[in-house]
Amino acid sequence: MSFEDKKAIDGTVDSAPGTNAKPAAGLSRRSFIKAAGVVGGAAFGSGAITGFPLIWAQNIKDIKLRQFGTGVSNLNDIAQKAKEDLGITLELTALDSDAVAQRVVTQPRSFDIADIEYWICKKTFPAGTMQAMDTSRLKNFDKISPLFINGKLTAESTIAQGTAPHTVGFVEGKDSTTFASEPTQWMTLVPTIYNADTLGIRPDLVGRPITHWRDIMDPAFKGKTSILNIPAIGIMDAAMICESMGAIKYTDKGNMSRTEIDQTIEILKKAKAEGQFRAFWKSFDESVNLMSSGEVVIQSMWSPAVAAVRAKGIACKYQPLEEGYRAWGGGIGLAKHLSGLELDAAYEYIDWYLSGWVGAYLNRQGYYSAAPETSKQFMSADEWGYWIEGQPAQGDILSPDGKVMEKAGAVRDGGSYWDRMGAVACWNSVMDENKYMVRKWNEFIAS
Amino acid sequence: MRSFSFNPSYLQVTPLALVILLFLLFPVITIIIVSFWDYDAFQLLPDFIFDNYQFLLTSDVTLKAYLKTFFYALSTWAITLTLGFTIAYYLAFYIRSSLLQSILFILCTVPFLTSNIIRMISWIPLLGRNGLVNSALLELNLIDAPIEWLLYSDFAVVLAFVHLYTLFMVVPIFNSMMRIDRNLIEASIDAGASTLQTIFQVVVPLCKSGIAIGSIFVVTLVMGDFITVSLMSGGLSASVGVLIRNEISLLQYPAAAAGAVVLLITVLIMLSILFRFINIKKEL
Repeated sequence: MSFEDKKAIDGTVDSAPGTNAKPAAGLSRRSFIKAAGVVGGAAFGSGAITGFPLIWAQNIKDIKLRQFGTGVSNLNDIAQKAKEDLGITLELTALDSDAVAQRVVTQPRSFDIADIEYWICKKTFPAGTMQAMDTSRLKNFDKISPLFINGKLTAESTIAQGTAPHTVGFVEGKDSTTFASEPTQWMTLVPTIYNADTLGIRPDLVGRPITHWRDIMDPAFKGKTSILNIPAIGIMDAAMICESMGAIKYTDKGNMSRTEIDQTIEILKKAKAEGQFRAFWKSFDESVNLMSSGEVVIQSMWSPAVAAVRAKGIACKYQPLEEGYRAWGGGIGLAKHLSGLELDAAYEYIDWYLSGWVGAYLNRQGYYSAAPETSKQFMSADEWGYWIEGQPAQGDILSPDGKVMEKAGAVRDGGSYWDRMGAVACWNSVMDENKYMVRKWNEFIAS
Repeated sequence: MRSFSFNPSYLQVTPLALVILLFLLFPVITIIIVSFWDYDAFQLLPDFIFDNYQFLLTSDVTLKAYLKTFFYALSTWAITLTLGFTIAYYLAFYIRSSLLQSILFILCTVPFLTSNIIRMISWIPLLGRNGLVNSALLELNLIDAPIEWLLYSDFAVVLAFVHLYTLFMVVPIFNSMMRIDRNLIEASIDAGASTLQTIFQVVVPLCKSGIAIGSIFVVTLVMGDFITVSLMSGGLSASVGVLIRNEISLLQYPAAAAGAVVLLITVLIMLSILFRFINIKKEL
């Protein structure tokens, strides 16, 4: 059993303390609610009770929604706050992204809300197990970042390669499974969490400025570099490196041809044979250990890992690079089977998700929220300045659980939201030649 | 003629037969069936195709992974056998007091009270570039630059395997040594044999079953391992187990199943070769 597996199990939590975790109990409660709803409806119909919203508000308190997704956004704090604010009980299950994708397609009744990444959505939404969301029912729809609507953060930004979220963000109609080329009233996923990834470096050990993805292949760092060994993401970091080296020019890094895959893997194999890599990492903690022990000085990294290294008092920088970032993002979508009260509750929940508290929570973790402006009111001016505007921190910057993350004067690596998300070169994606790519990747690891 | 249902011995083997059927045969048969299925990104597609095997048996990657796995298995086996035999020999023949013998034997097992992942991981800070070993050697001016091959290398993998599995060699060998009639040793010495001659002509042949059992443990454990290899090699090398695990994590179950079937057949062939040399049933 690997650490990843263990984490997946640890992460599988029944989020709401005090609720009965047994599915049978949940079911009976559910049917009870339905019965209650019927009784309530009958009472309302007969005119015995007036003030329908009250009944509705009472009923929604008993709703339980089952949400599953990858570990990053399945946060217990969010479930607890949802319980406080809305009364909805969220039952969270964390799985790895491949398992999430599989469940969306093959077990459509096992979830109410799916928290999936956009590249998963591209593959799973056409399977017809999810329903599009009516944007007119979302009060905060117009607050969502344009990145997810038309792909352009600012008017002059260019649209990145890979599965850019806006390309799979809308479908043509209520029951359509065809992605629309323009924003429509029917949204597939409401974005929850996203970020831009780059290389992490040890500024004290690299001994020179790092400006390009190709710097990881510098012979000076022989035996002191690492890339991540998760084929779908690793290949894309590799593509950023190869393109930066000038070795390959890709049509679309997010959807390579067989020749492009072959060329990329050849370059990786050669570097491996020459001893350029110290190790490959698969899980978050491995990357933290490699960096903090000084085994590597430059490697592909995720932003919480950089924070974890810094928390140990070791210098670590999430280095912005000239070619731009590799970005990823996820969102929540509705299961096809949701209807009636549960559907109302789900809409309520999603609108609440966009209303600011969650956004502020995610921003404080170094991710970005889908509706940045709503989260502003839930953050202090200093927090907003540090995390979003790229301003130097005035006081200590605290993590959501109250630990000091940065001291006064610190500036976020990469700068402001617009500097970072405006410089995305490529979004995480799944290639048409995925099976072939995985085989070639295995070849690289075994070489 | 006694009827089938009244033979009490059938009743006696029923529990074991059921357990084997349910937890061994059934899963293995499922794996064999799935290995002929097709798959796409998210689903298994029931089918009867040979693609999984065709790719597996013609790919360079498989060959390299098998060579690597055999290398790990053989070197680990040779080292654990030498170590295990020596330790068991010392315990069985040099320690006279049976109390001390028991205490020392228990001491050998103490590290095994912790999880094997913990035991493996604890090598990492020891062997790293800035680890204890390298800092000590640098301090003593024995080396000028840190030794890189201590960690994330084949050396690290074999070291971890030896650390993890030596006990599996010690226990069965110690067990068979304790059952050697001491008069035989005496007779061998009386007949003028040197210590080495006694060991190789009397002790070793009589320990054959213990050595065989220990070897089965070590070889099968190493052949099927993936976590030690990926942790200690830093993901730089791939054993057969690592390949299978990669496929599982990408939900390519049919490909993984085919890999597992081929590995199972390989290990069974290795064991049958072993059994040609040693008849465990006779020796026990």
